[in-house]
Amino acid sequence: MEMPEPDTTVLSRKAQIVARLQSVLPTGAVIHTPAEVRAYECDALTAYRCPPLCAVLPASTDEVAAVLKICHELGVPVVPRGAGTSLAGGSLPTADCVILGTARLTAVIETNYADRYIRVGAGRTNLSVTGAVEAAGYFYAPDPSSQLACAIAGNIAMNSGGAHCLKYGVTTNNLLGVTMVLMDGTVTEIGGAHLDAGGLDLLGVICGSEGQLGVVTEATLRILHKPEGARPVLMGFNDNAVAGACVADIIKAGVLPVAIEFMDRLCIETTDRFSGAGYPDCEALLIVEVEGSPAEIDAQLALILDIARRHDPVELREARTEAEAARIWLGRKSAFGALGQIADYMCLDGTIPVSSLPMVLRRIGELSEHYGLQVGNVFHAGDGNMHPLICYDANKPGDLDRCEAMGADILKLCVDAGGCLTGEHGVGVEKRDLMLHQYAPEDLEAQMAVKDVFDPAWLLNPAKVFPLACSAGRRMAAE
Amino acid sequence: MRPESETDLAEVIRAAPGPLRITGGGTRPIGAPVEGAVLETGGLSGITLYEPAALTLVVRAGTPLAEIEAALAEQNQRLAFEPMDHRKLLGTRGAPTIGGVVAGNVSGPRRIWVGACRDHMLGVRFVDGNGTILKNGGRVMKNVTGYDLVKLMTGAYGTLGVLTEVSFKVLPRPETCATLVLRGLDPTRAVAAMAAALGSPYEVTGAATQVSGAVCLRLEGFADSVAYRVDALQRVLADFGAAEVLDAAASAALWTELQDVVALASHDTVLRVSVKPSDGPGVQAVVEAARTDGAAVQTDWGGGLLWIGTSAPDRDCVGLIDDLRAHCASVGGHVTVIKASAHLRRAVPVFQPEPATLATLSSGLRARFDPRGILNPGLMGA
Repeated sequence: MEMPEPDTTVLSRKAQIVARLQSVLPTGAVIHTPAEVRAYECDALTAYRCPPLCAVLPASTDEVAAVLKICHELGVPVVPRGAGTSLAGGSLPTADCVILGTARLTAVIETNYADRYIRVGAGRTNLSVTGAVEAAGYFYAPDPSSQLACAIAGNIAMNSGGAHCLKYGVTTNNLLGVTMVLMDGTVTEIGGAHLDAGGLDLLGVICGSEGQLGVVTEATLRILHKPEGARPVLMGFNDNAVAGACVADIIKAGVLPVAIEFMDRLCIETTDRFSGAGYPDCEALLIVEVEGSPAEIDAQLALILDIARRHDPVELREARTEAEAARIWLGRKSAFGALGQIADYMCLDGTIPVSSLPMVLRRIGELSEHYGLQVGNVFHAGDGNMHPLICYDANKPGDLDRCEAMGADILKLCVDAGGCLTGEHGVGVEKRDLMLHQYAPEDLEAQMAVKDVFDPAWLLNPAKVFPLACSAGRRMAAE
Repeated sequence: MRPESETDLAEVIRAAPGPLRITGGGTRPIGAPVEGAVLETGGLSGITLYEPAALTLVVRAGTPLAEIEAALAEQNQRLAFEPMDHRKLLGTRGAPTIGGVVAGNVSGPRRIWVGACRDHMLGVRFVDGNGTILKNGGRVMKNVTGYDLVKLMTGAYGTLGVLTEVSFKVLPRPETCATLVLRGLDPTRAVAAMAAALGSPYEVTGAATQVSGAVCLRLEGFADSVAYRVDALQRVLADFGAAEVLDAAASAALWTELQDVVALASHDTVLRVSVKPSDGPGVQAVVEAARTDGAAVQTDWGGGLLWIGTSAPDRDCVGLIDDLRAHCASVGGHVTVIKASAHLRRAVPVFQPEPATLATLSSGLRARFDPRGILNPGLMGA
């Protein structure tokens, strides 16, 4: 992975930079010894590592502003970091950068059930947002798989999704407002507890900007009352295309399940061995979940099962108890862990139009043979967000390179099918160099123009999202 | 000028010697008056792609909304954010286009449950002020590839670029609907009733009050489910008095009226205020304190969206708008002047002036996307 050469002037001024940061932060909030900064050398894309110059853990918006002001003045790049769970290398450091961690911004600032929102420090974990409101019967809808660990700051940076976004949308649809600090230290409020912007939708462009436009320190999030109940049904098919057709028919029938999850044979077998979920022996498995009162769930599931029966299923399994429902989800929820037990893997995130599912799965099978690497497919079928897991052996020379080459081929396939490179993980460094496969140079130019406005010196997370050759002029000019 | 293709449009913009006033169907003349050569988008018309099973629709920006709604209805689907038809309120004629809906981020009562127009947008193609054809997003429901310029373009009223193609997530049309109507509640109690309904698990898809003050709460879905939820919601709302229940036909008519704000059509000036619902009664108090003759208020989105109609002289309206803007600046929210004389639309900013930092960012973006300042210049005030 190519990263820009570190700025030697910045490296040589480390002591001065650390001292300045220490002057505005409490003791212990500046991490700078070589051993300690190793903790920040990578995120969840562990294949790439680089210890940063130092890391800071501010505990308030004012402290974040003070840090950014200093870095702006001294020309030091800043890489914001939520909980470090990015699969795309969104918070991968460079040797000359300050990692700005949000881990101490975890407060619940306000809960308002009458107006249905919560305001939290952006470092708070996704699941603990729901944790703060569930006693009152509420939840925060976006639910990325990493929700136990991932921070709202990172969710906003990547516009994270989850399994339930077919019904509830992704982060951007549930984000009402932010407090954001610009690179020059200016603190600004965007949006609020009310709906929709008065002027340009700046909140909409900040969400998903991968920490390149500003550092979000607080967020106002929409909360919803929990449904009365939810129940999954499991369906097994002997053909991927048939499973895809079943999904299409369910959606056309006017039912809107809260989740439609798909797994292929490798995932079914591996997760079943790992979790003992008792999955059927078949090529494709769907888990469809609906919500409502018990009677409403019965009615929706009856309709869904009717449709499934017309597609010659190998098995249809309804959950009659909580335990049975949990068993249906067990394998799916442990899919990544289960694959991890048999091999190292790279998790991709391309999205495709649901209609091209059979073609894309067939092509992935062919690529798998061509590269000699196994691929497991698990994905959100309702919205076409795929998660092909390419298995490789990190200890085998050349395997990671082959895996990356194959990953790039799969993502290009997604784009060519009418989809995109990333549905919910973000571009980061991982998909940066594929951006020109999806966008024309002028399209990227328009996006970079937005960064020019928010961060004219290109100091915030500068080596991400855009191919280095595209952003080089701007990054150099800033130096 | 009425280009027939995206490349023609790009050429028109490149060659434009001065300001352009962009218009779709001409039914939503919202914003400060723009002096400029008229650029019509109606030549860019037609559905490019519609995949009902993928809930995906791609259309050229000048396509009449009616054509889109008819195509979706055939497959029992719809644009779930139910865009308002401004014609009755503004007294305009013509056929609304989808580009106009997107340019204004026009969303109706269901915004409270399914989100706004911007939340259903999957992708855009547009031509910026340099005449460059650009795209962002795509046609799939989950897409975080690069910055989300789709949101930025939605609600930009053509000031950053002229839309040529837009893609949407569409949703199934529910089997039926019903409405509970509660009467005799003051604004504070009305907001409390709507909060109780929206804070229930029954997926209320509309929570509005009529000018009379009557609270309207909509439920949609399969028939058995709606019947069950009507009962359940009545129990939740027992403290607010007995509710009248409207059937599907009466509900549909009522929500079309609410969506199109027909009740305020006779007023010369109409303002649209967005605050959090519990701040709604405070906004109404500001309206009362201003003693503007014959002011009427309809609310939506649980009471957080207030439509204020008045036929007071323009100088009184200026005072009312100033008071409301000051109030919104303090509680969080914004006021947009939707209907007003050209004189009033020049006398006050049509959109709530932004705090300095945001205004700088917004004008910076305009300068990048439209460096010559020729796309609807001044429409949004900057």
